[in-house]
Amino acid sequence: MKFEYDIEGGNFSRAGFASSEVKKKLRQLNVDIQIVRRIVVALYEAEVNVVAHAWYGKMTVDIDEEKILLILDDEGPGIEDIDLAMKEGFSTASPEVREMGFGAGMGLPNIKKNVDTLKITSEPGKGTRVEMITYMKGGKNEKS
Amino acid sequence: MDQNNYKMKVSELVEKLGLKVHSGESNLDKEVWGGYVSDLLSDVMGNAGEGMVWITLQTHKNIMAIASLKELAAVILVRDLLPDDDTAASSEAEGIPVLGTSLRTFDIAGKLYEILKNNNLPQGS
Repeated sequence: MKFEYDIEGGNFSRAGFASSEVKKKLRQLNVDIQIVRRIVVALYEAEVNVVAHAWYGKMTVDIDEEKILLILDDEGPGIEDIDLAMKEGFSTASPEVREMGFGAGMGLPNIKKNVDTLKITSEPGKGTRVEMITYMKGGKNEKS
Repeated sequence: MDQNNYKMKVSELVEKLGLKVHSGESNLDKEVWGGYVSDLLSDVMGNAGEGMVWITLQTHKNIMAIASLKELAAVILVRDLLPDDDTAASSEAEGIPVLGTSLRTFDIAGKLYEILKNNNLPQGS
């Protein structure tokens, strides 16, 4: 089963909308509540990253019996140094975005903590792709 | 604070802490077992838990997206800050109250902690 949502870069009043729709879908599909709660953290952070940094993005959620695959593809400035971006506390967010309480450099670490696998690929000047997988059984969810 | 403890209704918190109800008045029956204090949204996203009250000075609409995704019981704005119009509208739509106090963060957090803690003492102590 596959769902797609558009994300508008720069529009903070809609930030979280796609994540909230996915949450509703996962609840309807009776996905384990602990898994839903973790995925929502990762999805929201990834969505806000698109809103804060990119011009346009798409969220794709692909669910089967074994796993949930989440992909965020954006057209935007991309990430020059992904290892640096992953560092807790590192952020390139604007002062305005920081003033709202975003841009603390906690987003990507939050994502990493809440999904089983995270893969980021980026082409500076073009965009970024964030791929996350959460397994229904045997993932981090059962270890914590 | 432990999630298995006795839970207090948001309406009881409003009464005991003298809070203003800025929005979401019809949703004061949610139960609270703890709180989280932060103005960094990712911090709340990563560390708050369902059924908590969130104390903050952020007033923009994104706090409601977080409160809803995290299934928080209510948001308390400090120092007489008012929610933005779209924040209040979102609070009504999501069914999560935005409350207010004239106190500073440290003081309201202390009071909230105290009443939740006292609430969990055995009867008669």
